[in-house]
Amino acid sequence: MKTNYLMLHTITRVVSFIILSFSIFLFFAGHNNPGGGFIGGLMTASALLLLYVSFDIKKIRKVIPFNYPVIIAVGLLITIITGLNSLLFGDPFLTQYFEYYNVPILGEIELTTALPFDLGIYLVVVAIALLIILTIAEDDS
Amino acid sequence: MEILMILTVGVLVSVSTYLLLTKSLLRVVLGIVLLSHAAHLLFLTMAGLKEGAPPLLGEEAASYADPLPQALILTAIVIGFGVTAFLLVLSYRTYKEHKTDDLEKLRGSADE
Amino acid sequence: MNNIVLLPVLIPFLVGVILILFRNQLPIQRFVSGVTTLGLVGISAYITYLIYQDGIITLELGNWPAPFGIVLVGDLFASIMVVFASIVAAACLFFAFQTLHPDREKYYFYPFFFFLLTGVNGSFLTGDIFNLFVFFEVMLISSFVLIVMGGTKYQLRESFKYVVISTFGSMFFVIAVALLYSVTGTLNYAHLAERVAEAAQQGQSGILTVIAILFLIVFGLKGALVPLHFWLPNAYFGPPTAIAALLGGLLTKVGVYSIMRTHTLIFTHNQDFTLTIILILAGLTMFFGVIGAVSKFDFKRILAIHIVSQVGYMIMGLGIGTTMAIAGSIYIITHNMIVKTALFLFCGATEKVTGTTNLKKMSGLLKTHPYLGWLFFVAAISLAGIPPLSGFFSKFALVLGGLEAERYFIVFVSLVVGLLTLFSMVKIFMYVFWGSPSLSPEEVKKTKVGKLLIPGIPLVIISILMGILAEPVYLLFEAAANQMLDPSIYINSVIKE
Repeated sequence: MKTNYLMLHTITRVVSFIILSFSIFLFFAGHNNPGGGFIGGLMTASALLLLYVSFDIKKIRKVIPFNYPVIIAVGLLITIITGLNSLLFGDPFLTQYFEYYNVPILGEIELTTALPFDLGIYLVVVAIALLIILTIAEDDS
Repeated sequence: MEILMILTVGVLVSVSTYLLLTKSLLRVVLGIVLLSHAAHLLFLTMAGLKEGAPPLLGEEAASYADPLPQALILTAIVIGFGVTAFLLVLSYRTYKEHKTDDLEKLRGSADE
Repeated sequence: MNNIVLLPVLIPFLVGVILILFRNQLPIQRFVSGVTTLGLVGISAYITYLIYQDGIITLELGNWPAPFGIVLVGDLFASIMVVFASIVAAACLFFAFQTLHPDREKYYFYPFFFFLLTGVNGSFLTGDIFNLFVFFEVMLISSFVLIVMGGTKYQLRESFKYVVISTFGSMFFVIAVALLYSVTGTLNYAHLAERVAEAAQQGQSGILTVIAILFLIVFGLKGALVPLHFWLPNAYFGPPTAIAALLGGLLTKVGVYSIMRTHTLIFTHNQDFTLTIILILAGLTMFFGVIGAVSKFDFKRILAIHIVSQVGYMIMGLGIGTTMAIAGSIYIITHNMIVKTALFLFCGATEKVTGTTNLKKMSGLLKTHPYLGWLFFVAAISLAGIPPLSGFFSKFALVLGGLEAERYFIVFVSLVVGLLTLFSMVKIFMYVFWGSPSLSPEEVKKTKVGKLLIPGIPLVIISILMGILAEPVYLLFEAAANQMLDPSIYINSVIKE
């Protein structure tokens, strides 16, 4: 009997985007509010995982053709380089810098070096979570 | 509340001890997972359960919770997550190679 | 504030990350990792020189002041350990170039090699007990990957046990940290040292002693103290020799380092009790380690069990607790890292020649491979403690320190153990190198080991130099021991008020 996945597919299409956008919200909410790269990354990973579960792994692999180890390396590099940039100013490693700017329309926003650091963590978390689960899941033998 | 948490920790530790002493690979892994939960819960309890606002900018409260244990536990959880994933894959591979998940049969002799 | 103390932690991490990107370009990986490890030796030696000149270097990460933020602290002991760890790592790396199968190399050997080094150096340099946990985990997870690399049946089976035991120990680490935090409310080493002294005066000495012993169990599990050593021989037997040498040279020493650090700096309130326990453990560790080695007939396994027995010596100096004994401890840790790695590398070379590590299956290598034989001989008698090599002077300082402190029994045990060490080394030498050659001349031509010996030669030379130049080397270690025995130096350089 062929199983019908219509419900799952329809819901996944909607829900995964909601999760994705919420994860991006969480990511930017970080630093001064609950949220940040780690939790945002986990949310993104769960959205992508939902896609993997409801559709075929091979199909999604075509849509998201990322090499996860490379993403991990890139994410780690971003975090290290963000930390290293404080050495330029003669401060200890990982010193944080921030500044408030007034941007038209958006109002006052805060630019901080914690953001690229978090971005690196976000990439690492997404890649590691997916890599672990896919590695276990893909072994059919 | 502390008493309840400590009792929970005790139950977790005893269950995990039982699981660690069983012969099945997967149960041992589960025992490690439960033990890590017990350790984290104990950390939270030992640092003192306090009422207070989260220690964030913009919260104007009379008292704040101690953020340090929470940060440490989060770190420990992430590490535990990594180790658990590794252990699961390792036990799966061990099972595949040895065709058994019985630790009694995985003892091996002293000289080989 | 000085960022230089960060480099031994940061450089391996950065290089490890970059090498992930070059997974399939083995020549690039080899070149970059070779240059990096040699550079690390230079940098760490320079840091040691700086610390020797100007005193302890601290770095407050992220510019957060000491008890609140994370600090890296380079004192003399830590930096000496970093130097020797880098030397060991470099030797193992160059050995791995020649012996590891390319498949294993491609499975992220080099990245994990550097992550292991990050963890080891981080554990030495951190000034914060929770960060010690984090660096321990970085080191352990990398070691899990390295130890299972290749995935033979034996490796999988023994690695599973190793991983479970290590993780179990780590959970106890978390519990011990939790208890310590609940009593003192801080995790910074220097701050802890102050708070523990205060709390002990306020009648909390009992629980602090319990915590101290809990930490001793945790570190003893990583450092392979008897009766927590049982995982070590089997786990280190499985992986290729280059990896076994690396882990044998570094991992247990980190456990020993942590015991020495916590018991000289933090838990100084009830030393009559804790140091006696340590002394008893030291005696047991030495004795049972060497007894285990005497009964075995496998090259690699004997070396692996000897790690346990040597850990006993390292702890013994701490248990005696005088300046001379602790200097002897540092001497023996460094000596052991060098010599043990050298022995493992020669064991690997022998395995390459004969295709086995079983002592009974080989003989007469001295005639066919004289350089290998004599290099092994020098390293082996250095381990056993024959003058004028490093092993003799390290044990000499330890024994003299023990006699001065009137700890006659442990000194007696250590001398007996030294004799048994000599016995098992001579046993290896007799079986492997004496007798009639077991290889035919054609086989000998095929098994040239000249290049394989290159990583081991500098180690043997260092061991000889540490023996001949015992005076200046000992003075350096004595300075480190003095720094350790006076916690106020450490505290004042971290917490500036």
